[in-house]
Amino acid sequence: MATFKTYDPEDFYDELIDETGKPRPEAQLLIDKIESLPEGDLVLRQKEAEALLLKMGITFNVYGRDEGAEKIFPFDLIPRIVSSGDWQQIEAGLKQRIYALNLFLQDIYNDKKILKDKVVPEDLVLSSKTYRKECEGFTPPRGIWCHVTGTDLIRDRDGRFYVLEDNLRCPSGVSYVLENRQVLKRTFPQVFQALRVRPVDEYPGKLHEVLEFLAPDHVQTPIIGVLTPGIYNSAYFEHSFLSQQMGVELVEGQDLVVSDGFVHMLTTKGLKRVDVLYRRIDDDFIDPMVFRPDSMLGVKGLMEVYKAGRIAMANAPGTGIADDKVIYAYVPAIIKYYTGEEAILPNVPTYICRNDRDREYVLSHLDELVVKAANESGGYGMLIGPHASNAERAVFAKKIKAEPRNYMAQPTIALSRVPTIVGDGIEGRHVDLRPYILYGKDIYVQPGGLTRVALTKGSLVVNSSQGGGSKDTWVV
Amino acid sequence: MLSRVANSIYWMCRYIERAENVARFISVNLNLLLDMPSEEGKHWKPIVMTTGDQEIFEKKDPGYNQEAVIRFLTFDRNYPNSIVRCLAAARENGRSIREIISSEMWEHLNNFHLELSTERSLSMALQDPHTFFKIIQMRSHLFTGLMDCTMSHGEAWNFARIGMMMERADKTSRILDVKYFMLLPQASLVNAPIDNIQWMAVLKSASAFEMFRKEHHNITPNKVAEFLIFDNQFPRSIRHCITKAKICLHRITGTPQGAAINLAEKRLGRIQADIEYTDIEEVIETGLHEYLDNMQSRINEVGGAIGTTFFNIKPCSEATGSEQ
Repeated sequence: MATFKTYDPEDFYDELIDETGKPRPEAQLLIDKIESLPEGDLVLRQKEAEALLLKMGITFNVYGRDEGAEKIFPFDLIPRIVSSGDWQQIEAGLKQRIYALNLFLQDIYNDKKILKDKVVPEDLVLSSKTYRKECEGFTPPRGIWCHVTGTDLIRDRDGRFYVLEDNLRCPSGVSYVLENRQVLKRTFPQVFQALRVRPVDEYPGKLHEVLEFLAPDHVQTPIIGVLTPGIYNSAYFEHSFLSQQMGVELVEGQDLVVSDGFVHMLTTKGLKRVDVLYRRIDDDFIDPMVFRPDSMLGVKGLMEVYKAGRIAMANAPGTGIADDKVIYAYVPAIIKYYTGEEAILPNVPTYICRNDRDREYVLSHLDELVVKAANESGGYGMLIGPHASNAERAVFAKKIKAEPRNYMAQPTIALSRVPTIVGDGIEGRHVDLRPYILYGKDIYVQPGGLTRVALTKGSLVVNSSQGGGSKDTWVV
Repeated sequence: MLSRVANSIYWMCRYIERAENVARFISVNLNLLLDMPSEEGKHWKPIVMTTGDQEIFEKKDPGYNQEAVIRFLTFDRNYPNSIVRCLAAARENGRSIREIISSEMWEHLNNFHLELSTERSLSMALQDPHTFFKIIQMRSHLFTGLMDCTMSHGEAWNFARIGMMMERADKTSRILDVKYFMLLPQASLVNAPIDNIQWMAVLKSASAFEMFRKEHHNITPNKVAEFLIFDNQFPRSIRHCITKAKICLHRITGTPQGAAINLAEKRLGRIQADIEYTDIEEVIETGLHEYLDNMQSRINEVGGAIGTTFFNIKPCSEATGSEQ
């Protein structure tokens, strides 16, 4: 039976229950509500919510499967609650971090002061796969590079939040935040009202403001588009959802063409100029004339128009360098360099394999560490040492020796847990938190974000492509 | 609007209308069986012939029986015009424009598709085909109704209507043609009692029986054909479909009725004029089957013209772009 009476937080930080087994103050109301439900009701509501998501077609495609293999993003009804105290620190920390990373991007593509001052090793930046030589000497509209960021946070056993990873290219998942919230509002309306949960649904409006802000000066009412790779992309639902919520066009590369120095959409009435693109296609694919020539997803000549200032793009090409997992280790120093402040949100301690001492430590402690490749995402290219076999560790040891620049390692963090519906009962499952940050006139952090949950017992991998699910996140 | 979007919404509606009409073809026979159980097994072949795809069918399964035909026309994932494939295609198109259509339309279409893919649907279609194919038709109607009531009647909607009307005109002509294929073996049966029952089945499949009765009291082949081709008011008659499609087309382009600027307007206008200045006697003289056959090719040509006029737009400078 789904109840908290027998719930055991074990030896982890639990987001809803304190170490004495009592609900945390901000979770009390919710837990009382769940305990007051008739037997089986919670599980029933969970099933209803899942059926609803499938019916609404809120699904993602799994790469490497047959076309049409759509799944709903598994979703758990019990929300994660973040207290206002914790949130204040997160919000301030993220604003500081994004502000500094944006200055970093502007600097390394222009004056390279931080490299000359040897705060970040120059060869590390220039050797990164995501460093775009094509962007050198370029300043994007309003000086903003990373308009949309999703930063992954985790909470360790000590109750502190750490930044695990920055995503400054095309972070996805915000549509699930908005949809999960709709479902939760219907499921726990009274608790919701009583707790004064902070709203998340301003996001599409805020994103629209950012995109409008970027439009070239000569444009009165900019034409904005969301550029998607198409319906087989795993995040297609989100692209479609955001364009619908913002009331802007959803375009594919095949809908766009460069003509007379501008980017145009092909419409039933001829060509129509586009002024701003929120592109959800990686740098590599946006323009076959500049980046990968075999790309079928992008627009030929887009970069030239962009550099001439005749179209704006969010995010700017070249931001990937700032979420390189090895550059990550330097972010606290980057923050200090540009703002003079200490990082409000700490990094997870990181061993950089290109440094001899770190590498030796990593190689001799592979069974304790999490190893990550610099530029993989979605939980790929990763080794979780304590859960891996000897053979898997040996493979990684070889990779690290072959390409030390491309790897970093971190201690295995005991991710915090949230009570989660498992079968007919409630058990603790590990979570992370991805808040979304928008950078336009000012920096906005959506209160809450996506709580990703590893649904497999004991698992620390929260990625949707690897059996992760999501939860609504309540900032109260 | 984006050409790709116009293309998708046009095809989404064509596919839904097509799925509905496949259900109607099958109903012709189911209706016949109700009145003449002894006919069982005889008429499944004409149904497949009407679709024009009997070669594909025979390659798979030479037996023309109810189960084989229903499985083929409804559930065969390898047959591109089966109901499941039509719905999958409609949904795929719908999914690529879900920000354009209303969420009511999308959810209904998604659900329609999901439910059809379940085991339960297959067993129902085989055990209780009358109810099953009625449900398919009603779901298609529900979609049309949702489109009418929850989506702005702007450019996208007009493209959707054109798709629906062109498909319906084509399929009404084919339903009428079923009768031709049924008669093929025994031309001597014209005007026999069985003939009447067959014509009634044709009318019922086009949901036209009652409306036909209000206009005409006795069923003659000429009157049935006249009703399904030329009637001004019946919403499934070919004339009605062509007229409505033309109105939508002119709303999109802004060309006044009576004038024609692009190829689509010209071709559609020509069909409309032909229908208005032809009568049933002339059709019978040409031969009903030949007339319908010709109509189907011309409807196809309109489809092609809509494609080149609206969906395949290219910038003028593209040819020189690479030389600069």
